[in-house]
Amino acid sequence: MKAILALADGTFFEGDQFGATGETVGEVVFNTSMTGYQEVLTDPSYKGQIVTMTYPLIGNYGCNEADVESIGPQVEGFVVREYSAYYSNWRSKWSLDSYLAEHDIIGIQGIDTRALTRRLRVHGVMNGCLSTEDMNPERLVSKAKAWHGLVGWDLVQRVTCPSSYAWQQPEANNSRPKYRVVALDFGIKYNILRQLTEHGCEVQVVPASTSAEEILAAEPDGVFLSNGPGDPMPVDYAIQTIQTLIGKKPLFGICLGHQLLGLALGGKTFKLKFGHRGANQPVKYLETDRVEITSQNHGFCVDIDSLPNSVEVTHINLNDDTLEGIEHREYPIFSVQYHPEASPGPHDASYLFSRFTEMMDS
Amino acid sequence: MPKRTDIKKILIIGSGAIIIGQACEFDYSGTQACKALKEEGYEITLVNSNPATIMTDPDFADRTYIEPITADTVALIIAKERPQALLPTLGGQTALNVSVELAESGVLDEYEVELIGAKLPAIQKAEDRALFKEAMTKIGLAVPKSGIAHSVQEALALVEKIGFPAIIRPAFTLGGTGGGIAYNIEEYEKMVTSGLALSPINELLIEESVIGWKEFELEVMRDGADNVVIICSIENVDAMGVHTGDSITVAPIQTLTDKEYQLMRDSAIKIIREIGVDTGGSNIQFAVDPKTGKQVVIEMNPRVSRSSALASKATGFPIAKIAAKLAVGYNLDEIPNDITAETPACFEPTIDYVVVKIPRWAFEKFQGTDETLTTQMKSVGEAMAIGRTFKEALQKGLRSLETGWHGLDNHPLEELPFSELPSKLSVPNVKRIFYIKAALARGMSIEEIYAYTHIDPFFLYNMKEIVDFENALSAPAARHSIDQHLEKPETDGAFTKKLLQQAKQFGFSDRQLGDIYDVPEETIRECRKGLGVNATFKTVDTCAAEFEAETPYYYSTCSSEDEVRPSDKSKIMILGGGPNRIGQGIEFDYCCVHAALALKADGYETIMVNSNPETVSTDYDTSDRLYFEPLTCEDVLNIYHKEKPFGVIVQFGGQTPLNLAIALKNAGVPIIGTSPEDIARSEDRRLFKAVLDDIGLMQPPNGTATSSEEAAPIAAALGYPVIVRPSYVLGGRAMQIVYDEELLHEYMHSAVQASPEHPILIDKYLEEAIEVDVDAISDGNLTVIGGIMEHIEEAGIHSGDSDCVLPPYTLVDEQIENLKTFTYALAKALNVCGLMNVQYAIKNDEIYVLEVNPRASRTIPFVSKAIGVPLAKLAARVMAGKTLAELGFTNEIEPAYFSVKAPVFPFNRFPGSNTRLGPEMKSTGEVMGIDTDVSRAFAKAQKACGYTLPLGGKVFISVRNKDKRAIIFIAKKLTDMGFELIATHGTAKVLLRNGMESELVFSIGKGRPTIHDYIKNHAVDLIINTPTGDLHRPNELLIREMAIAHDIPIFSTIPGAAAAVNAIDALQRGEITVTPLQDYFQLLS
Repeated sequence: MKAILALADGTFFEGDQFGATGETVGEVVFNTSMTGYQEVLTDPSYKGQIVTMTYPLIGNYGCNEADVESIGPQVEGFVVREYSAYYSNWRSKWSLDSYLAEHDIIGIQGIDTRALTRRLRVHGVMNGCLSTEDMNPERLVSKAKAWHGLVGWDLVQRVTCPSSYAWQQPEANNSRPKYRVVALDFGIKYNILRQLTEHGCEVQVVPASTSAEEILAAEPDGVFLSNGPGDPMPVDYAIQTIQTLIGKKPLFGICLGHQLLGLALGGKTFKLKFGHRGANQPVKYLETDRVEITSQNHGFCVDIDSLPNSVEVTHINLNDDTLEGIEHREYPIFSVQYHPEASPGPHDASYLFSRFTEMMDS
Repeated sequence: MPKRTDIKKILIIGSGAIIIGQACEFDYSGTQACKALKEEGYEITLVNSNPATIMTDPDFADRTYIEPITADTVALIIAKERPQALLPTLGGQTALNVSVELAESGVLDEYEVELIGAKLPAIQKAEDRALFKEAMTKIGLAVPKSGIAHSVQEALALVEKIGFPAIIRPAFTLGGTGGGIAYNIEEYEKMVTSGLALSPINELLIEESVIGWKEFELEVMRDGADNVVIICSIENVDAMGVHTGDSITVAPIQTLTDKEYQLMRDSAIKIIREIGVDTGGSNIQFAVDPKTGKQVVIEMNPRVSRSSALASKATGFPIAKIAAKLAVGYNLDEIPNDITAETPACFEPTIDYVVVKIPRWAFEKFQGTDETLTTQMKSVGEAMAIGRTFKEALQKGLRSLETGWHGLDNHPLEELPFSELPSKLSVPNVKRIFYIKAALARGMSIEEIYAYTHIDPFFLYNMKEIVDFENALSAPAARHSIDQHLEKPETDGAFTKKLLQQAKQFGFSDRQLGDIYDVPEETIRECRKGLGVNATFKTVDTCAAEFEAETPYYYSTCSSEDEVRPSDKSKIMILGGGPNRIGQGIEFDYCCVHAALALKADGYETIMVNSNPETVSTDYDTSDRLYFEPLTCEDVLNIYHKEKPFGVIVQFGGQTPLNLAIALKNAGVPIIGTSPEDIARSEDRRLFKAVLDDIGLMQPPNGTATSSEEAAPIAAALGYPVIVRPSYVLGGRAMQIVYDEELLHEYMHSAVQASPEHPILIDKYLEEAIEVDVDAISDGNLTVIGGIMEHIEEAGIHSGDSDCVLPPYTLVDEQIENLKTFTYALAKALNVCGLMNVQYAIKNDEIYVLEVNPRASRTIPFVSKAIGVPLAKLAARVMAGKTLAELGFTNEIEPAYFSVKAPVFPFNRFPGSNTRLGPEMKSTGEVMGIDTDVSRAFAKAQKACGYTLPLGGKVFISVRNKDKRAIIFIAKKLTDMGFELIATHGTAKVLLRNGMESELVFSIGKGRPTIHDYIKNHAVDLIINTPTGDLHRPNELLIREMAIAHDIPIFSTIPGAAAAVNAIDALQRGEITVTPLQDYFQLLS
């Protein structure tokens, strides 16, 4: 079946459908990871986005039950150069096609994804419409144009948990957890929860709208601010919550959690031209001068110049010198823009979880 | 860290002659290192015995030693140059082993030389199997069950624990030499015995077989601040059990999930830290059980490697260059990424295409040997191809091999019974990929093929897609549509267009499509162009388009966007030589690189086209634009039409571009330099005879035949022996001396395949003639001789396999003058513009022309280094329109020193093959020895080949009857020099009559001991054995084969033996000294 991806700038790409059929709109972004498509698909931070993989062969190793970052695929649409109908891996259970069909995600393959990526790099990410129903490119372009886009939209509401729950991990080691952590769920990735558990944390995941009072009432040793999709600005209720928590509990934020913390501390955020999405972003840890290869997925960024004096810059991106990590000078609070939990991506920054437990120790 | 200032002078060791397992990739890495470190202001001392390397060009190092890469010679260089540091990790296993030897013997301490990049303990830990295993266990990584054996007994005890099949890996050998897989005790004992002999420390690793597991490699880099990055991941299509050098490999990894890949990445980082490689690149190999995902570590190379060269070309990340900068103190984040310019080198490249590397073998030259692919590498070269799908890259790679395939073609053995397929699939062999195609085409299931091959079903499925699509292309609907469109191009071709587009995206060549539709490839080309199905070019940019690329490094694919923006500068396109093979390798790449450098300096925009990832020519730094593409007419035309250069150079890349010349010219491509028609005149026997007749030169009497029936009377008339060969081949492919009619018929039946479109040439073989090679350059008016090389062995041995001396050491002035005059006349007659090589034979004071090649020859780099003039650079500039007078090269140079070129052979890789030298070239590379004394220069060359001439001991002499006279003087001189003689009965008697005692050995089969026993016991130090020429006497061959296996110098011609004896004499008289090229060149001015 044919499928068309149309962009708000008027360009369109004709390809073949895989996964589900239908029509969807979203912000079209590209990810440069060569492995980990299942983790990408299931990362709630991609809510509202149609994701293009720059690596051309996708689906090679199928999909399995374990490599998920949330209950199921979250992307609005999926774009690849060549979908591999045959999958080969000892753990694979489903083809990518059936996985996407099952979760009602539309895929398009056979388009020049490099041309698409170059367009996004030059002109910035843009809204798009992916359809298997309407084969009129002009109409699809108008639909893409008509879509409101990510800025100012509170996407967290679409991915946060409806109610609080305790994270259960069957394969976790048996030693008694040492720390009680409340995780504010803005669209949390499972691997963060797995990492926290492995570092001795008992994690209570709470909805994004949970108030500071409720959190403090649980008497946690520390509060974790999760990753999540979209623009941090409209998530003002969470910013308020974080402001109240500052100075009261150790805080650790990742990605959207980092941006919300930045805003809570008085900083500003802005939208990057085409974001950072991939598993090869070099980040320098200024304290040690060591470089970490990091997994990233963000379109917004905390403005390094907007930070108050109470905040110290700990990590920067070596590609474009943007802010990657901060630490409070006074309180046990730190956050990073990138994904130390990896999944997909390198494990270079997993030390940050130990850092969080050390903070909770003291 | 900023760069170190306590170091001023750095010694870099190259890898020596091209051999199997160690080819141009180390010239690429060494050249990058020299450039990078010179740029940083360090003084570079370089040692490499291989004259065909770019790194030994005198401007790449401050002091360039073309000397043997042995510990004693390098020690002399250290004593003379006193470098503060030695960089051991860029010259392959050779440089690493010599560095270890120098460190262990205390030479480095004595002269206060620091090993940079990797220290001795790290090298030992990575290279010593026991230490490596211990280190892996320490960091919790699994390795295959294994043990170390130093004797056959120990090995037998081990295999009881490990079981069969068992892998045998000799320690400290290159490319797995002497290794193998034993399935039974008999094989095992045999391999253990030979493996122990080959390991310089008599050590073997006996390992549990993980045959059938998936094989992966990671290219890892570490800097002084302990930052570690993975540059490239590689998946072997062939499963464990086939050496990675003999495997089809793919980058990046295709069949691991991120979870599994990250586990491997973590292991690799742990390994490089535990082994303690300070800075630089390492290659780490893993095996993965396809059923459980269990990962085990196979091995680590603590240095740049063939895989790192591949990884550099596959990603655009220059590993060797960065490794060199890290070694002098920089950290990864302090070095910019050349490709993006705006981002640092401290990152992990991500690619948005698929890279396929396919090896090229040369078994046709080593008949009689077992052609099974095992853990010991046997390929002589490789091609790399880039595509947007595996299918496209695979098919491009197969046509890049230049072995007659145009993609995943149908196996010509279509009549192969189905019942034979399983064995062809399960025993790894060079044509296995085509057997897979055959199996798929006949409907064998992927599961069944997997069971035989253990090739991951993902790859098999992709091949099946090619087969299925080929079937769709052949189906009536497609045929009808194509036929109709060919007939009436003006009709709407939407269906045809879609078909052709997909064919292109699956990597089908025009030629393959032409074969399907039974039309010439040109017809397909015209048809698809008419429909707008064109090649588009994409950039290799390290970052999957995330950043803008500064470096124009391109590959073609069929897609919607073309990234190439041709400039309006004056451009010249250089066609490279493709994958290395015997007869066409680094020498031609050297010429292509020189053309690029010279023309760039003259202000042209240079465009390089090549498919060989090992080379300097495919470094994005070498030319202004690099196209990594197959060297076929279609692919070259795509680039030509895109770039529209004003000239294309075809005479530097060996036979590969020459074979395209006429087709390119017919397609309107402007070929610069000697015209394709004139080149053809030199190749066509009839036309060439007319040329010679015109200028009054002689050829050996000859004839031309297209069949066995035609050949017999011609040969009879000429008189046996005759030399037979197909026309239009390089490296003497299928060239033979034939002694009788029976052998002639045998030859005609086997050789016609070698080049079906061209007849067989039959020449009278001039016995005992002196062969001379002449390289010259001409601008169309003036011809200047670059060098006259006198072969040491008589005519009849391929010039690539002969030792030769420049300037001539036995020719008189009159002969030299004649050679020059003839060469000028030939250049004029053939309208040569550029380089020309002529081979002459001198017999009874008559000069015969054997062959003229109006193109760059294999000896151009050697001559250039001998005379201190970059001939290829001059030739490129001449082709672009300059005159030799303008370039200031009008006088011929006769150096006041001697340069000797000696070949290096791969016989130890091909046990059972014919080791005799003849007109078919078998050497993989060459070395150069330079000295003011010709005998010492010869001694150096021998040493650089790995033969250390003995200064005393026992010499075995056995010569054919006609050499008995000549041997007397040689034997006499040997006894005078203190050698003891060993001889068989006949020779002993002759020696005794001339006053020389000898120890008697039995002829083979007549009693014991024979010379075989002496060789096995290492009780003989030198062998002089001239063969009778009778192919039915296998004993002679066995002596040669055994001597080669046991590293005993053997000379099989009288002139060779005489040169060796003189060399020994020179060595006895005085110590070898070392002198850099730069000092020799002082002598020229």
